[in-house]
Amino acid sequence: MSDQITGTTDLTTQPSTLAAELFAPGVGAQAGPPTTPADSTAVPAGAHSHGGPAPTGSPAERLTSTDPDVFGVPTGREETWRFTPMKRIRPLLDGAASDARLTWTTDLPEGVELTRVEADDPLIKGLPEPVDRLAALTRQRANGADVVRVAKEAQLDRPVTLALTGTGGDDVVWGQLVVEVGAFAKATVVLDHTGPAKYSGGVTVIAGDGAQVTLVSVQDWAPGAVHGGQYDAVVGRDATFKQVVVTLGGDLVRLVSNVQYSGPGGRADLFGVYFSDETQHQEHRLWVDHAVPNCTSNVLYKGALQGEGARTVWIGDVRIRPTATGTETYELNRNLVLTDGARADSVPNLEIETGEIVGAGHASATGRFDDEQLFYLCSRGIDAETARRLVVRGFFADVVQHIGVDALQDRLMGTIEARLGALPGLDDQPVEVA
Amino acid sequence: MREREEVSVLEIRDLHVTVGEGDDTKEILRGVDLTVRSGETHAIMGPNGSGKSTLAYSIAGHPKYTVTGGTVTLDGEDVLAMTVDERARAGLFLAMQYPVEVPGVSVSNFLRTAATAIKGEAPKLRTWVKDVKSEMDLLEMDPAFAERNVNEGFSGGEKKRHEILQMRLLKPAIAILDETDSGLDVDALRIVSEGVNRTREEGEIGVLLITHYTRILRYIKPDFVHVFVAGKVVEEGGAELADKLENEGYAAYVKDSNEAAAAEVARA
Repeated sequence: MSDQITGTTDLTTQPSTLAAELFAPGVGAQAGPPTTPADSTAVPAGAHSHGGPAPTGSPAERLTSTDPDVFGVPTGREETWRFTPMKRIRPLLDGAASDARLTWTTDLPEGVELTRVEADDPLIKGLPEPVDRLAALTRQRANGADVVRVAKEAQLDRPVTLALTGTGGDDVVWGQLVVEVGAFAKATVVLDHTGPAKYSGGVTVIAGDGAQVTLVSVQDWAPGAVHGGQYDAVVGRDATFKQVVVTLGGDLVRLVSNVQYSGPGGRADLFGVYFSDETQHQEHRLWVDHAVPNCTSNVLYKGALQGEGARTVWIGDVRIRPTATGTETYELNRNLVLTDGARADSVPNLEIETGEIVGAGHASATGRFDDEQLFYLCSRGIDAETARRLVVRGFFADVVQHIGVDALQDRLMGTIEARLGALPGLDDQPVEVA
Repeated sequence: MREREEVSVLEIRDLHVTVGEGDDTKEILRGVDLTVRSGETHAIMGPNGSGKSTLAYSIAGHPKYTVTGGTVTLDGEDVLAMTVDERARAGLFLAMQYPVEVPGVSVSNFLRTAATAIKGEAPKLRTWVKDVKSEMDLLEMDPAFAERNVNEGFSGGEKKRHEILQMRLLKPAIAILDETDSGLDVDALRIVSEGVNRTREEGEIGVLLITHYTRILRYIKPDFVHVFVAGKVVEEGGAELADKLENEGYAAYVKDSNEAAAAEVARA
């Protein structure tokens, strides 16, 4: 593993290397550290003279670093920030270090340990690196991390729930959470964000070999909340990682979800659902980095928008590196625009650098109601109004049902239905077929 | 509960239908005349592109099609003035050739919502569950089916069984089966046909069976066969007409139709 570090200057410890160390017993030679973007592009402070990567013709590597200054201060013209309303995210980007915390209410089943590690802990150093300035600031200011550890081979009898409630105030809350799931353990972890807050939180899930991990992140913030976060998953050999992101509340939510595989045979399912009302900005950026063989990724994000100034952004980047033979990947984003004045951006990117794959595809569609669905339901006697509700409800349920926690699913569907009830003019829209 | 005549009559008179707008407008139906009564089974047979499916969708009220002339009535009521859901509640049912996937809506929720709409009140849960179960049994459908999303990931055969299941539960006066036989293997064809035949035996349903092939007519015996070419009925007869089509195909009708069209162009 040192081969890759040697000659790459004084890079911080590589995330995947650390992951490999953490799960060393199950990681054979073949499952060695993958070539993550961090390996070749992290530019440490004072090393700017290295310049950009050599022009090899392959896709640009992604800049990652724990040093916020490496990224500079975003202006809003950068590719990673161009969809974000900078004025509204400034409170986070300009936010000072603070002692402010969210209120934690936890439910920890047997086999789960919640601890805290300091900033100099090897665990922190080995996390996948931040991919933008906000994430780097967050890593720095969180000053360590809260760690949820699930013992190896543990089979939890209920989800780990961390209810994280904002208490208002002008200080930015900086947080870093690490969820470490031991080999062959099976765990669901729910992050339930509510209340008013200015919050920037990093979340890293490290799924041990053969582990089955579900991470649910609910953004049910109070109006006016601002939330930024980088979510990373390091998926072990033959491990299964499922992430379900549900963004409903807040003024601005911008989540960056990255997946890397530390061994072959891993599977990642990334589900997301978002519902943007008047003036809400909801941005979800995904980056799935296939660098080891025989891994699978599946992405399904669905969003609905209603009201003037409702705005959603979905960026789905999938990269299949030359070493990632046998990869299977598919990503799908659907947006349902319920009223005029709303805007959904959807940008899938798929970069394939080896022909030896099982399959790769993506699809993106943004539009009004699917009129064929409405016709089908109406042709069974269901009135147009009920049919629309069924279709929209189903549109969301399609994703929400992947959470697998009934009480939470019911609560979220209830919230969504309440929001739909407020939909203006839903009754008046004619059933049209394009 | 919907009032229904003992004997229902669907009457189609000189129906003209177009698709598209402006310069792209195309006339698909060119004066269709057809009467379907309770207890009768009519087969509409014709080559691809003859307008068979357009007829089915126009009766059901698909907004893609524009009725430019003629009438459709059910027991004297003007079907064309009804919305899509009103037509269904009036007693019309269309089993679609390509049933639509509705993500996130379970079959059981869908069926119960539809039955509630058709009957005007929610069916009693206990008898309803029993009814659905026994109908699914008869159609050889796995009970787990009810929890799947409507038509999502269904095989061709599952989709068609699901259509027939709906027909069984919603008990329409007139059912239009649009190429229900297409894409079915022999087993599925038999199961689906038995479902249709049970309905015919039990009650006074009128069936309009649209098909390209004669195969399904070995399972479902029609009382009347109508040959449909270039947007209208060009010949009518009994079940024996299907045998003739089986042996001779549509070539003769299509040729006649082409010659007639050519003559029309020449006259104009």
